Amino acid sequence: MTWEVGSALNIAAILILVVVIAAMLIWVERRLLGLWQERLGPNRVGWFGLMQVVADMVKIFTKEDWVPPFSDKFSFVLAPNIIMIVVLMSFSVIPFAPGVGVSDSNVGVLFILAMASLGAYSVMLAGLSSNNKYSLLGALRAAAQMVSYEVFMGISLLGVVALTGSFSLRDVVLAQADGWYVIPQFVGFVIFLIAGIAESHRVPFDIPEAEQEIVAGYHTEYSGMKFGMFFVGEYLGLVLVSSLITVFFFGGWMGPAFLPGIVWFVIKAFVFIAFFILLRAALPRPRYDQLMSYGWLFLLPLSLLNLLITAAVILMGS
Amino acid sequence: MIKLIKDTLISQVVTLWTVFVHMFVKADTVEYPDQKPYMFPRWRGRIILSRDPDGEERCVACNLCAVACPVDCIALQKAEDEEGRWYPEFFRINFSRCIMCGFCEEACPTNAIQLTPDFEMAEYVRQDMVWEKEDLLISGTGKYHDYNFYRVAGMAIGGKGKGEAKNEAPPVDVRSLLP
Repeated sequence: MTWEVGSALNIAAILILVVVIAAMLIWVERRLLGLWQERLGPNRVGWFGLMQVVADMVKIFTKEDWVPPFSDKFSFVLAPNIIMIVVLMSFSVIPFAPGVGVSDSNVGVLFILAMASLGAYSVMLAGLSSNNKYSLLGALRAAAQMVSYEVFMGISLLGVVALTGSFSLRDVVLAQADGWYVIPQFVGFVIFLIAGIAESHRVPFDIPEAEQEIVAGYHTEYSGMKFGMFFVGEYLGLVLVSSLITVFFFGGWMGPAFLPGIVWFVIKAFVFIAFFILLRAALPRPRYDQLMSYGWLFLLPLSLLNLLITAAVILMGS
Repeated sequence: MIKLIKDTLISQVVTLWTVFVHMFVKADTVEYPDQKPYMFPRWRGRIILSRDPDGEERCVACNLCAVACPVDCIALQKAEDEEGRWYPEFFRINFSRCIMCGFCEEACPTNAIQLTPDFEMAEYVRQDMVWEKEDLLISGTGKYHDYNFYRVAGMAIGGKGKGEAKNEAPPVDVRSLLP
């Protein structure tokens, strides 16, 4: 049993920690939202309300797990599993620290983008199989949103890939030893941030599950642990996007040497998680057509321009 | 294009900053069971029946409160003692219907029914929300300390004849010519 990339111990530790952290985010999010809305948030169960997560878990596990009789049973049960699996698979290529990680795939960027695309199936299947108008509307919105935002999510990363010269995420981090990519690729960072929010259905772009318009969107019919899987899947997506921003633009585990690399990684990722929660506390939801036109007419040309300029600068330098 | 950037980016950043600054503002939350809020004396909460300074019930069972009550939560029955004094035989308030509007207090001619700042009235059994006269009566005078209806009203009652009430002149014999 050795502690190296891809060892069983490493995989188990990452799997458990990532899921536990995603579950703890329920508490973190509620406390931070309270902080920014001049409230306290959950502080009754356990120390500072930390056991709130346990209480929520007990509740969600003991709830009736109801499959609607009018739904398509197979895909209804399948859908929440897809999002969990797909997001957890995406974590496999993330380099958390030197020697910590599941796999150093040399096509890590492509793998991440492919898994993000597969995540759309979960949402679509959930909405379609529920056989419910609101779920269908949510699934339609989710499908259109994810398809359009994936386009420039990929393109915004190509600038980083061009600078690094490799699709491997570990190489991306190692290439940032001299300086983080957020400086040369600031536009790419902003675009990836926006696309990341849209991919994980966080609040400014939570149109697929807009409570005020379409009940709960694609997971209207879900209850019990199936709903819990969508819920945790969403938080896993949040952790994933924060980790990806850290890896691609903020130098991954790189940092002053007084702290180990993994701690720097966690600190950086947590800053972005907190930023996403701040977005939720602050920003209103755009209209659906605003979201689409903003994506296709503004962000897509901008990301293409960013890629073009990056490529030109690299070519002039060589 | 400039307008789009201004609308989508600048205003969003300003909003984010405004919300972020709220991190350093003290939370408004009152942690209720641990930390009781100050209830103002004229808060309209639980209804009580007060007594006059002599320790008698103030309520004269005039039924005005029951008439004024918009949700019909007050029920009472008049009775009369040997002195000719009216009092409620039973006085019942159904607090599961009461909306704490205070109309009964405004209607009461004798300041008997009063609303207090107490609001912690939750019960596990619905029937426990119905309060009888014994539950409603307090031993004090409530908000009006020296008011006694039978001492100011002109009505003759045991121990007090016509014209003997406070601020009341003795009755005039209208058939006499003497001043």
